[in-house]
Amino acid sequence: MQHIDQPALETNTDFEVRSLDAMCINDSKLVEPWTHNFKYLFVGFVFGVTLVKAEVISWFRIQEMFRLQSFHMYGVIGVAVLVGMVSVQLIKRFNIKTIYGEPVMFNKKPFYRGQIYGGLLFGFGWALTGACPGPLFLQVGAGFLAAGITLLSAIAGTWVYGYFRKYLV
Amino acid sequence: MIELLSKPWHWSVAGAIIGLIVPILLLLGNRVFGISSNLRHICAACFPAGIDFFKYDWKKEAWNLFFVGGAFVGAVIASTVLRDPSGFQIADATRSDLSQLGVQDFSAMMPDDLFGIAHVLSLKGFIFLVLGGFLVGFGTRYGGGCTSGHAISGLSNLQWPSLVATISFMAGGFIMTHFGLPLIFKLF
Repeated sequence: MQHIDQPALETNTDFEVRSLDAMCINDSKLVEPWTHNFKYLFVGFVFGVTLVKAEVISWFRIQEMFRLQSFHMYGVIGVAVLVGMVSVQLIKRFNIKTIYGEPVMFNKKPFYRGQIYGGLLFGFGWALTGACPGPLFLQVGAGFLAAGITLLSAIAGTWVYGYFRKYLV
Repeated sequence: MIELLSKPWHWSVAGAIIGLIVPILLLLGNRVFGISSNLRHICAACFPAGIDFFKYDWKKEAWNLFFVGGAFVGAVIASTVLRDPSGFQIADATRSDLSQLGVQDFSAMMPDDLFGIAHVLSLKGFIFLVLGGFLVGFGTRYGGGCTSGHAISGLSNLQWPSLVATISFMAGGFIMTHFGLPLIFKLF
């Protein structure tokens, strides 16, 4: 296990860009051997089974949600947020460390208007495809092969956003 | 065991498991749960094209690609080994609303008359697959996250911008469902 001495801020020259992107800045200062990534594969596996078995990947479940005709999706997301919130509070309160003994890092998400515009656009797409980015991959895995087009198109959408990013607020 | 797992999972069970992924990823290595970033990592890995937004060390984020790879395998297992022969659920009100719009197939989680392979090259395929997918990819990155990154990770850490984003994408979904879909179905 190799430690990198510089703080994360200096190792990320593109910190500014990445900080707008919620997921990219939580760098662990540890460099894990790549084989350690298999533990994430296992967690992902459980996530994938759960989303399919609870029908979160179902276009119909998403329609129920946006038509307020079933509690199912509100239950899934509501319980997930609640469990996540309590867990995060426990980690902070008791200063629980990672399995490598590092303190857990939390990042503030700065507000910018794109969260509203981008959020709306994502919502339009979610109602059309019945897929947020997790199910985007999982619909294909569950055998709905045409959703492969949705996935490729979502990658293209991300790329186009990257291309026009400098012109967008 | 297989029989029990094959039955549809209750929302509280699914919610609890998804919620636990937040602390599990944090404790396994300071990773923040968020799927949509993978779309960016795929762009950075495959077509960076000199765009600043894709110039970063995506290999550092490989854990997330492993996560989504595992999820994909999970979806394959859940829909084969753990397949539930009794089908899937849908509220009667939703079924009747969608029938009125023109959806005919209620035999699987994705209606064949919109998402069947036969429609890939049609106007339906263009709107529901190509346009829909594009909006998901463009919108999540513009908004800085998706249901997992904002609604679950962000709200778990009490970040109010994530609440703004969550409200925005829920609003987008309501608008598309109630105003967009009726117009779109008139095209077919």
